[in-house]
Amino acid sequence: MNGTPLSALHPGDSATIVSIHAEEALHQRLLALGFRSGKQVELIRKAAFSGPLQVRVGTTDVMLRRGEATKIKVCKA
Amino acid sequence: MKRVALLGMPNTGKSTLFNRMTGGAARVGNWPGITVDLLSGKILLGSDMVEIIDLPGIYDLHGFSDDEQVVRHFLHDNVPDLALVILNATQIERQMSLLLQLKQLNMNIVVLLNMVDEAKKYGITIDSKKMTEMLGIPIFLLSGKYGTGYFEALQAITKALRYPTPGMAEQLRSQLEQDEHIESEMARVMKSAVQVPAQLPENLSDKLDRVMLHPWLGLPIFFGIMYLLFQGIFLLGQPLQEGMGAALDWLRESALDPALAGAPAWLSGLLLDGVYNGVATVAAFVPIIILFFLFMAIVEDSGYLSRAAFLMDALMAKMGLDGRGFVMLLMGFGCNVPALMGTRVMRSRSLRLLTMLVIPFSLCSARLQVFVFITAALFSPQAAPVVLFSLYLFSFAAAIVTALLFRKNFQNSEPFVLELPPYRFPTLQQMLMRGWLEVRHFLQRATKFIIAGVVLVWLLTNLPPSAAPASPDTLAGMIGSFLDPVFAPLGINEQLTIALIFGFVAKEIVIGSLAVIYGLGGDALGSALGQQLDWVQAYSFMLFTLIYTPCLSAVATLRSESKSMRYTLFALGWSLALAWLVSFVFYQGARALGF
Repeated sequence: MNGTPLSALHPGDSATIVSIHAEEALHQRLLALGFRSGKQVELIRKAAFSGPLQVRVGTTDVMLRRGEATKIKVCKA
Repeated sequence: MKRVALLGMPNTGKSTLFNRMTGGAARVGNWPGITVDLLSGKILLGSDMVEIIDLPGIYDLHGFSDDEQVVRHFLHDNVPDLALVILNATQIERQMSLLLQLKQLNMNIVVLLNMVDEAKKYGITIDSKKMTEMLGIPIFLLSGKYGTGYFEALQAITKALRYPTPGMAEQLRSQLEQDEHIESEMARVMKSAVQVPAQLPENLSDKLDRVMLHPWLGLPIFFGIMYLLFQGIFLLGQPLQEGMGAALDWLRESALDPALAGAPAWLSGLLLDGVYNGVATVAAFVPIIILFFLFMAIVEDSGYLSRAAFLMDALMAKMGLDGRGFVMLLMGFGCNVPALMGTRVMRSRSLRLLTMLVIPFSLCSARLQVFVFITAALFSPQAAPVVLFSLYLFSFAAAIVTALLFRKNFQNSEPFVLELPPYRFPTLQQMLMRGWLEVRHFLQRATKFIIAGVVLVWLLTNLPPSAAPASPDTLAGMIGSFLDPVFAPLGINEQLTIALIFGFVAKEIVIGSLAVIYGLGGDALGSALGQQLDWVQAYSFMLFTLIYTPCLSAVATLRSESKSMRYTLFALGWSLALAWLVSFVFYQGARALGF
């Protein structure tokens, strides 16, 4: 299963992380913030003018840029 | 002396706890193996003095960010007797990984689960006894904000310090690679000791965010908040600054002038116009820095600063900066010095350096004074506002051009993934503590540099003793005529060049120095300038004043914040080069067009 990029979700959508294809530094940070395959994420909102995304994973709200969000593949719940 | 290192992820209330433990008596210390400032404080625990060190917040012991490297180096070169690990109880399900990484280092550890009051609201229950049992580490519940659990924790720390430090494993990195083991261990502890509800109840933060981060309303609200903040800091700050200035003048007139009346003129000049004015220059920044950090503590600790980053990121990312940089840039329009200090919220060094390169172009209130005086003297009342507005545009343009030119040189390697913590209201004590610590930091770091600079300019404008102060016969006058070939193409004459040398110290004294140079004050000075200069020359002078070094205090701050003389000289050199270039293009262009 390939999954869709996290950046393609719409505000309010929940999904399960399938895989993370990021370089090491970003990967480590994402892991530490709770992004792991199998985890539930919810896209809360997208900033205007193609700005960053607000994503909820567990009890943590995280903002990440769209470029970085495309590296996280999810499967819509 | 025994050492206790405070460790934890960002947004765990670590620094608040540190301030509480040390009672604000913290100092900046140097440690082997690392180059950044770490705060430390000595306190009495039981019957021994213990040193507590506040390490930067990290997500991961083997991460790649600047802070993560700092912590690794610190632990490697200065093994603490106890690691006090602070975890955010609301995020326990992911923060435990850091604890387990630390546990593998075989250090003496006490864990504080902070923000239990917030966790309770989320419906998260934690069985700390069970957790202590499973991990073999003492774990205490704490609410740093309200102080519950604080004394039990202190007792536990005192007790833990009685045991000798277990040796830390040498091969730090190889030990750290065992992620798999950490994951299963984490799952085991979580399963039996922690319960997190599947769906978080909608809380106040969600409701506030729906308005504050609204697609259309978010930005106007952001600018409204920035406007209020700016007005709050600088409307309150200006009278305080003036009051401070008046008090220092009074002290000088009533005590120092009479005391030095018998001394030779050069000595009293050096002591009063040199050293004492240097002290006064430093003192003038104290109220503004305190106020700035009082308000910044609200913006930052409340969680709004990361929201500002969210809102402004689309625009700022193109310049290689981030949204927090924009907040500091805006604050720079009041005063560059605290704005430069405020960039410390950015944890990536290259991002910080780029932001600090850009902030000095913000048209601060001191420069505004110069521009108001000169536009009033040389432009019609109708034209004056347009002229001032155009200078603000130049200020933004200089900042944007600088960021675009140099973003490649300050490539930010840290992934831009920021937490959006829930909204919290900082306590008054936290805010005051922050303001006080920052002022002390500024005084410790910048005072000598600023006083030395003020004395140097005094010497330049008063030596040799036979020359009248600030006249063409002084060293400054000689430099002025020496530099004439450089400044003549900008339409800036020798007198104005001397004023620019004064302006290096502070823009507040530019007009005062012109008064000394011309021997005229107030309106008379204005009309003299009006007769000697045309508007093209005056505007060129203002452009140069806008873009070159804001003031000695800003240079001192750049140096103390970057800890690099090379970077400071580069920032200085670039602003001088850009100032010259812009004034040159403007002046020659206007002349070529026949003005």
